[in-house]
Amino acid sequence: MEDFSFQHNVRARAGGTRQTAIVGVVASGNLEVLVERVLPDAECALDIKTAALGFGEVWRAVIGDFVERYSPGGLRFSINDGGARPDTVSLRLAQAVRLIAENGQ
Amino acid sequence: MTAPFRDITPAERARSTSFYEASARTRLELLLDAGSFVEFIGPEQREISPHLNIFDLPEQFDDGIVVGHGRLDGAPVFVAAQEGRFMGGAFGEVHGAKLTGLLRAAREIGRIPVLILFDTGGVRLQEANAGELAIAEIMRAVMEARAAGVKVIGLIGGRSGCYGGGGLIAGCCSALAVSEPGRIAVSGPEVIETNRGVEEFDSRDRALVWRTMGGKHRRLLGAADVFAHDNVQDFREAALALLDLVGPFGLERLKAEQERLADRLRRYGACLDAVDIWTAEGIAHAETVPELPADQFIALADRIGRTSRDAR
Repeated sequence: MEDFSFQHNVRARAGGTRQTAIVGVVASGNLEVLVERVLPDAECALDIKTAALGFGEVWRAVIGDFVERYSPGGLRFSINDGGARPDTVSLRLAQAVRLIAENGQ
Repeated sequence: MTAPFRDITPAERARSTSFYEASARTRLELLLDAGSFVEFIGPEQREISPHLNIFDLPEQFDDGIVVGHGRLDGAPVFVAAQEGRFMGGAFGEVHGAKLTGLLRAAREIGRIPVLILFDTGGVRLQEANAGELAIAEIMRAVMEARAAGVKVIGLIGGRSGCYGGGGLIAGCCSALAVSEPGRIAVSGPEVIETNRGVEEFDSRDRALVWRTMGGKHRRLLGAADVFAHDNVQDFREAALALLDLVGPFGLERLKAEQERLADRLRRYGACLDAVDIWTAEGIAHAETVPELPADQFIALADRIGRTSRDAR
């Protein structure tokens, strides 16, 4: 297992009122993303635990692209990864932001 | 919801969602009344397995099982759903403890039924002793809950089936619903082949696996009480029907179950294949059963009438 942590300053707060959301499953080629609204509006953080070793630079690129596109201010993402490809990671991150942007609990 | 889903009712969405393909969370969302599910020990609490890290294996925040309460047609129910894609839905220490706790809560309250959405290969081998103990605790908790007046319904239609200790727990439930892709057994195909040889059971023979362990055979044998189409709405309706059917539990019912099983062994114990059993049950052209569409199969199974309604 390999761990990564990323912190970013972002333009704007993520929409919606939900406090937590979860998408995905930890399986081969898949991952789960737990997202919690626990940070100041101008910050976001991502903690990654992955079964695939040696992909730190790929993670950095995927996360950088995601933060730029979605500006997920105020959100902490916790990721358990079963060796997902970068496109799957991008999809799950987008789904997580979309889900927590819904109104409700 | 997004525009394409705006005009779709929850029931329509549940009808068009494959139970087999859906995640544990989606199954619960669509099985229960819309918006009624409340989770116990959710993923944000991070009650993860204490063992997987030792094996350098990835963890999941809910340890592969979602437990909580909700409403089914307005009435309260406890629910547990296993995620069959995380480590084959296998029982570990935390995974098992969440189900044990749910069943004990149901026992204490004494009226609210429990729905268990099985999707499991059995015990998680990395947590062998803790997983085996969890199975024993859950079996005891199911029987104690039933003795306290709680109906415990198993719903089986996931990709991992219901194997190993999951098969034992299913055998303790008040009633079961199963779909065609759902499988119920204790030893899985590969386990039997490894231990007894390919002459005993060829695990690569998919037709053999399905006609021996699959939903149709379990329904015709009376192990499962309802055969459901592979969509979440049908499992919801099956759960409601079973909650209506299940009678009180006690010594008489256990004796009836023992008699049912002894009778089954007497009738079919010498059969070498599921087709022989179906023929002995009086089904004409029994070899065509695996190909029957669900509607025709349900009509056939209802005509055979071998259910465990009076036993279990």
